[in-house]
Amino acid sequence: MSKAMKKVKVIKIDVDKCNGCRACELICSAFHASPKYSSNNPERSRIRLIRDPIKDIYLPVYAGEYTPAECTGRNKYVIDGKEYNECDTCRASCPARDLFKEPDSGLPLKCDMCDGEEEPMCVKWCLAKALTYEEREEEREEEPQLGEMEIGLESLVNRHGLQKVMDTVARLSKKG
Amino acid sequence: MGYAEAGFNLEIDLTRGSIERVPTDPGLSKLYLGGLGTNAKILWDRVPPEVEPFAPENLLIFGTGLLVGTPAPGCNRTIISTISPQTKLMAYSMMGGFWAPELKYAGYDKVVFRGKSPELVYVYIHNDKVEIRDASHLRGKGAVETQELIRKELKDPNVQVAAIGLAGENRVFTASIEQGRSSASRLGIGAVMGDKGLKAIAVRGTKDVNIAKPAEYMELCNDVLKYISDREEKPVPGVMPILAGLGSPQEMLHTDEKWHTENFSWGNSRTRRKEFWTKEIEEKWTETQENARTRLISCYNCPMKCGAIISLPGMSTYMMKCFSKLTYNMAAFVDDLDFGFRIAQRATEYGVDGFSTPQIMAFAFELREAGILTDKDFEGCPDDNEGKFYWLLDRIVRREGIGNILADGTHWAAQHIGNGAEAYAHNNIKKHEQLPLKLGMLNPIYFLMYCTGEKLNITQIEGQFPQAPFPTMEEREEFVKDWVHVPDEKFKQYLLDWEMRGENSNPYYPTVDMSVDIVDWQEKMHYIDDALGMCAGLSSFPLKPPYHIHNYPKFISAATGMEIDEDGLATIYKRNRNLIRAINVRRGLKREDEKPPEDHWRKRFPELEEQLLDAYYKFKGWNEQGVPTKESLHELGMDYISEDLEKRGILSYE
Ligand code: SF4
Ligand code: SF4
Ligand code: SF4
Ligand code: SF4
Repeated sequence: MSKAMKKVKVIKIDVDKCNGCRACELICSAFHASPKYSSNNPERSRIRLIRDPIKDIYLPVYAGEYTPAECTGRNKYVIDGKEYNECDTCRASCPARDLFKEPDSGLPLKCDMCDGEEEPMCVKWCLAKALTYEEREEEREEEPQLGEMEIGLESLVNRHGLQKVMDTVARLSKKG
Repeated sequence: MGYAEAGFNLEIDLTRGSIERVPTDPGLSKLYLGGLGTNAKILWDRVPPEVEPFAPENLLIFGTGLLVGTPAPGCNRTIISTISPQTKLMAYSMMGGFWAPELKYAGYDKVVFRGKSPELVYVYIHNDKVEIRDASHLRGKGAVETQELIRKELKDPNVQVAAIGLAGENRVFTASIEQGRSSASRLGIGAVMGDKGLKAIAVRGTKDVNIAKPAEYMELCNDVLKYISDREEKPVPGVMPILAGLGSPQEMLHTDEKWHTENFSWGNSRTRRKEFWTKEIEEKWTETQENARTRLISCYNCPMKCGAIISLPGMSTYMMKCFSKLTYNMAAFVDDLDFGFRIAQRATEYGVDGFSTPQIMAFAFELREAGILTDKDFEGCPDDNEGKFYWLLDRIVRREGIGNILADGTHWAAQHIGNGAEAYAHNNIKKHEQLPLKLGMLNPIYFLMYCTGEKLNITQIEGQFPQAPFPTMEEREEFVKDWVHVPDEKFKQYLLDWEMRGENSNPYYPTVDMSVDIVDWQEKMHYIDDALGMCAGLSSFPLKPPYHIHNYPKFISAATGMEIDEDGLATIYKRNRNLIRAINVRRGLKREDEKPPEDHWRKRFPELEEQLLDAYYKFKGWNEQGVPTKESLHELGMDYISEDLEKRGILSYE
């Protein structure tokens, strides 16, 4: 595969600055509603705040790749005297938890960096500046990117098996 | 599909254990918006004046504001309404935090409780699934502790829980409802919740909240965010720090307490300590606060960080906001702020109002000093100021011994104790404990707000107009320059002409009519906020806030699709104002009740005060007793109120 310069979008997360407002969740879900901003629902957000005020845990986490299976080993991290579970720090849309799934269909959600916007919406709405945005150039091997549709299909395949998904698609296309 | 609103209320009868999901009448939003307005309508319709606060027929309503759950920053209020055991009038108390948005996402605008559960229960709302669950294992548990236990029990960290502590269970008249960093603490609504046998309400919602005109609405919200950022860079000069910025008073951020400690009274609202704030105290208090505070935190969708997580060695963590860090210190005459943070932890777990409760205790110790209460009443009470307060707090919350009498608040306790105790309950309005503030010269604006405010709590009535004149004309001109918030240009002139001394100063300036105008504006903003669910800290309370009478109609239209302009909004405000007034006059509120604590100002002007009240009533369309007239109710389309008031002989046939 060939090498190329790639722009990497980076959101820096400063957990010390997070005030727990969940504006990031709200605006992400509103931005991805269709039509845009026509509704909001933090459950649909591609960023979620892991929050346990009594333990002073405030950890914004972005939705990453879909995974069909949960990890067998799950570690614990102690940072600054606070204990985090592996899943708290994990970005996966994973069967082990409800996070990063569409509430009605269960389809996985993934942060798309608000493609097309000057600045990610969650960053824009985080006045506390716990989330800041930067771009970085990196040399990379090019690899094909999965589109949103493919990710969704892949998760359906993982869940129901390829044959069942194909049958359903065939049935749906007949209904037309 | 509804916009902004969920379109359903939950009706829960705790006696029968029944749960109903009832569609709301969209026509009501057009008349009363939502939140406080529609809460009040329900109370008017369903709770006649004969119903006592602790009767099963009394309702306890948890309402979300109309715009709660939409992207409008800071719009997160739960408005809780019932009949107050303290005043026997309508109580409404607001809490911020996360509960109301979660209820909207679960698909409800309100939860209306009636009846009484024979056993202690809690209610779990998860979208369409609503259950009444056993809470016997939570009896006696702290209000914060209960929230944690329920989250664990339900295995969902994202459940939002509003809970009472021991004080609510024991129907202490100053019991609060606690929820994360927020609480609804005034007027004893936690006691009504306890009386109903309801320990907590846990909510989880994963549905959408819809917006009628998305692009327009988002632009308005973005403007607000930008305004907040800019405004934070530009504190209002010439006023004290907590009035210079936005938000609730930033008591968790600021450590400079010179103003509060030297201007507010200590003890039973008696002693001013004008030299209190020394260098040494300042250093010590700053250190204490910075050590106690782990993080500054916000309510749902708000950047303001008015609250803090408080963690001190040897006790469990809790959250605090506003002035309660000082109230216990000042009531108990304790100069170490560490005491304030520690006793507030216990008080928060008990779930009591951090304003009234310390005042009750200071009142009790004054009665003991005066020999009206005796050492027998205080058997086992330690001698030191800190120990005394911990001891009495425990007695009150448990309703043990003298605590059982004091738990009814200073007004009722004084009635019960007799022997001249009434004179010591000197800081009440309509039986409700006021801030410990004693001043010199009568201020006509504040006089009206104290007398007539249905909320009975000045911090939730005041705002918008500066509390005092600026000394120089330059400062005034500077202030009015970007004062876009005024409903009318005349308010700028009122401020420009307001002097510290001389003819154009208190008490005769602002004049009677100007004072009425100013109060009406301040009230209007609070009533609209409380109907929309907006935090006062971004609207009615601070100077030059992001929300005001000119942009609110646009927000409402874009969110709901309902056509509304400034006049329309003003009419809704009037309707809600009159509705709550009507509930209270029907419950016996009279002109003679509308007065500030006698010693609130040293210099009083009886004749002027009567004129002020007369003018205010007239402006509102009320008769000389403060009762809305038939004509003014008719104009607002509220003949149903005048008919009822006539039947009861409160309005006479003319
Ligand atoms: S918007 Fe920022 S401060 Fe608020 S929860 Fe998200 S990351 Fe934290
Ligand atoms: S959420 Fe992440 S860490 Fe947890 S089981 Fe799934 S993949 Fe593993
Ligand atoms: S970058 Fe965009 S898509 Fe990703 S979490 Fe933030 S708002 Fe959502
Ligand atoms: S201004 Fe303060 S109290 Fe109001 S919503 Fe924001 S954080 Fe909460």
